Amino acid sequence: MSLVYAGILSHAPGITGRANLVDNEEARDEFYASLEKQRLEIEETGAEVLIVIAAEHFANFFMDNMPAYCIGIGDKHSGPIEDSEWLKIEKTKIPGAPELATRLVKSVMHSVDVAYSEEWRCDHGIMVPLNFLTPDYDMPVIPCNINCQGPPLTPLSRVWQFGEALRIACDEQSEKIAIVGTGGISHWPATPDSGKINEEWDRAFLNQLMHQDKQQLLSYVDEEVYAEAGQGGFEIRTLIAAAAAAGGRGDLQFYTAALPIFAVGCTVARFDISP
Amino acid sequence: MSLYQVQKFLYNLNRDEQIQNSFTKNKEEVLVDYDLTEEESNALVSGNIGLLYVLGVNGQILMHFAAYLKIEWFDYLQAMRDGIAEHGPVRAGIYAMTGGGKQFAQAPDSSDGEGVGDSSQ
Ligand SMILES: [Fe+2]
Repeated sequence: MSLVYAGILSHAPGITGRANLVDNEEARDEFYASLEKQRLEIEETGAEVLIVIAAEHFANFFMDNMPAYCIGIGDKHSGPIEDSEWLKIEKTKIPGAPELATRLVKSVMHSVDVAYSEEWRCDHGIMVPLNFLTPDYDMPVIPCNINCQGPPLTPLSRVWQFGEALRIACDEQSEKIAIVGTGGISHWPATPDSGKINEEWDRAFLNQLMHQDKQQLLSYVDEEVYAEAGQGGFEIRTLIAAAAAAGGRGDLQFYTAALPIFAVGCTVARFDISP
Repeated sequence: MSLYQVQKFLYNLNRDEQIQNSFTKNKEEVLVDYDLTEEESNALVSGNIGLLYVLGVNGQILMHFAAYLKIEWFDYLQAMRDGIAEHGPVRAGIYAMTGGGKQFAQAPDSSDGEGVGDSSQ
């Protein structure tokens, strides 16, 4: 078994970029502490590589050629694409794991026609998680993106299959691999409604996610998600893929809707790895 | 109406420092490569976040453009509200305003609780 860790965490540019605008410092610091705990837990598993299942925010692809799924197989990735003062993360290079990533792509291709890229650019969707989970950029990272921005979007049943395919691929490797899924739950980022969070919807979704309730998770419909959880809710794809890869129950280690300046319900969770 | 071209330009700008440098030096020259209406071209040259938002530019793309323009967070949110007040509801895409112009997050020094913008959507 080479998948040694599976979890989820939020990403949003405000989590790093607007830390100074928080009016609830206690909640912020508790969230940061949970992320640090997640970093330590990953470290304790002896993970050698970190797979980040993230949402494409137009750092790599546009509507001239938009893959539903893509895995970064380059020997390094660059980021953030955003203004580094705005995101409060310096521009840097992140080590990749080209050989392992290529093996994963080959394996995943048996069930999902995943695209691959040797020129990966990271936006806040990956840089914010890395800022907390591998702040010195000393751990090889394999980025995976799911298109959650440019409809038509991949169906949730395929998302589940992608997560399972990644799991099978990981289990074929000798390296110790950690996977995190990073997405928002309900949120309305990059609109005037930024900061709006549907906590009840989030908690219901997270409960299903922590219980591996596949039937409920795959029953979400984009039109309803849009109405109740905003276009940011389309990113549940990343979280569902992580749950499918893990296969085991989750432990919701942190959730708060009390940091609207971060524009997302802030979440940290860890899954058991099914045998 | 060439929203696709507007977004494609911003996508290229947002992820390429060389294009950013060229655009800083001579905006019109960079835009020649894109099939834009005069309204779209003016909005890009002047950094009119409100109008670009109403035209339907994807929120992630527009947010990254606002960051490149060094617009402060709350000014950026207000610019989108002002765009709606001036030009009407968002015309395309998945980033419509649905909160009636309400502010869901406050600047730490603002004391007026849940402010209400002058929305028309
Ligand atoms: Fe996102």
